[in-house]
Amino acid sequence: MAHHKTLGESLRAHGVSRRGFLKFCAATASMMALPPTMTPAIAAALEQARRPSVIWLSFQECTGCTESLTRSHSPTVEDLILDVISLDYHHTLQAASGEAAEHAREVAMRENFGNYLVVVDGSLPGPDSNPGYSTIAGISNYQMLMETLEGAAAVVAVGTCAAFGGLPQANPNPTGAVAVQTLAGDKPVINVPGCPPVPMVITGVLAQYLTFGKLPEMDQYNRPLAFFGQSIHDRCYRRPFYDKGLFAETFDDEGARAGWCLYRLGCKGPSTYNACATMRWNAGTSWPVEAGHPCLGCSEPKFWDAGGFYDALSVPPGDTGSTLLAAGVSGAIIGGAAAALAKRRQKADLAERQPVKIDELEQKL
Amino acid sequence: MIDPMDFLLWTKGPMFDWAIAIFALGMLARLVEIFMLGRKPNYAEPRGGEWGPGFRTIFTRSVADAGTFQRAPFNVVIGTVWHVGFFIALLLFIPHIELIYSVLGIRWPGLPNPVVDAVTAITILAMIGALIHRLRNPVMKHISTFEDYLVWTVTFLPLITGYIAYHRMIDPYPLALGLHILAAEIFLIVLPFTKLTHMFTVFIARWYNGAIFGRKGVAS
Repeated sequence: MAHHKTLGESLRAHGVSRRGFLKFCAATASMMALPPTMTPAIAAALEQARRPSVIWLSFQECTGCTESLTRSHSPTVEDLILDVISLDYHHTLQAASGEAAEHAREVAMRENFGNYLVVVDGSLPGPDSNPGYSTIAGISNYQMLMETLEGAAAVVAVGTCAAFGGLPQANPNPTGAVAVQTLAGDKPVINVPGCPPVPMVITGVLAQYLTFGKLPEMDQYNRPLAFFGQSIHDRCYRRPFYDKGLFAETFDDEGARAGWCLYRLGCKGPSTYNACATMRWNAGTSWPVEAGHPCLGCSEPKFWDAGGFYDALSVPPGDTGSTLLAAGVSGAIIGGAAAALAKRRQKADLAERQPVKIDELEQKL
Repeated sequence: MIDPMDFLLWTKGPMFDWAIAIFALGMLARLVEIFMLGRKPNYAEPRGGEWGPGFRTIFTRSVADAGTFQRAPFNVVIGTVWHVGFFIALLLFIPHIELIYSVLGIRWPGLPNPVVDAVTAITILAMIGALIHRLRNPVMKHISTFEDYLVWTVTFLPLITGYIAYHRMIDPYPLALGLHILAAEIFLIVLPFTKLTHMFTVFIARWYNGAIFGRKGVAS
């Protein structure tokens, strides 16, 4: 039964060569910053791994994360890795629909209770919000997540919406959207943010979980350090231009054509932690900054409400010019009033002045 | 635990607006009051102009005269170095120019980052030197008040946090940048209510000096 095949057997059945498989293991080792000597260990662990059951829940999302995963380029070993985990429930990818689909989820939960992985893309209306904003098969997102989490070994929040709230949470957050980690209680959460995340990062996190059977090392946002440990800025190939102070000032000036730093055009690379600069997109073809567009900072919390995408990182998001003007005018009025008061007091004092001559004073004494 | 991104957005958003508002309100109130109070009318017949000598003195008094330099060479050299360095770091660093452009709508060319970095390092060292001098020189120590140390601290903090943020010495970067912005905001808030107002009033005072002497027909 396919369900009980090991990963190695499944990969061979899918026509993946030993060479291709080891190449993937070596790439995984280097992604996780492990020494090359770990490659055989990863290969052995992956070959022996039983297909874990994965339930993929899609809530308030745009399906971009699934697109990123499946449309990367095919077929790849990464795709097959996803094929060979037992993806028991995924709205977009599963053949079943309606009752049958929900039945598949319930069966997977029952049979693998305590051992299955839950992958979530999309944020969901919180417990205090109107549950009607997002439902699946008549079940509110909140209820479905809580039910599914009960027997989960761990939760992987794929994409910035699931990890941090994302675009649905953007001011004024009409649906009361919350991130998965705010509802997960004591269940371990791995956040894989990005809008969408790099496909290899999604598969890499799953591979890491399969290889080591435990959660990866994570930063304070529960992002795996192997992929989110360094900033875009620190790994950017345009960094030397930042260091030299050479910046593109418009999208079509000489600097832009020469590939200079995009800081002035709004690049959020310095404050963004992600693997785009090293792993790149579309089979390693390119990535936003290489294509000439500043980094939006999409793997960071609040990137959606952090000011203009084309404003430099040092630029405040609010209308500070008006604040400055209003405060300046108020200050001038206050200063003017203080000066006028002082002058009036001076005038009054002058009017009330009673000059005394020295002889008069002496007489009084 | 502080969320670094929330902290950065707070320093860039509401806190920045508060700091700018307090700075503009305080500074404008003080300057307008100074200008409106003016000086006593002088009924003596003028022997020369006021404007020319006034502006000339703004520049001439910015250079220490020979006597001052001989009496206090350390003060003159270190003081000049860190004042010039502070303004280079403040006004010629590209991210600062972008910030000023977004608020005031005016911009100018900047310096390459490594130049600003080197200037900042020199400025930081000079400021530490100035503090040590203040603490070790008996006269300086005697006349220093709490305000002097406060002013030194709020001036030093934006420099050191900016240096830390540029070199990414604190992780994650949003925290480092947020700390730098907060330090700059504390500087802005403190500025109108301490002797830091000399950033603006020093030129007014020098103009008045030059103008008074010019009216009397003597060199200042």
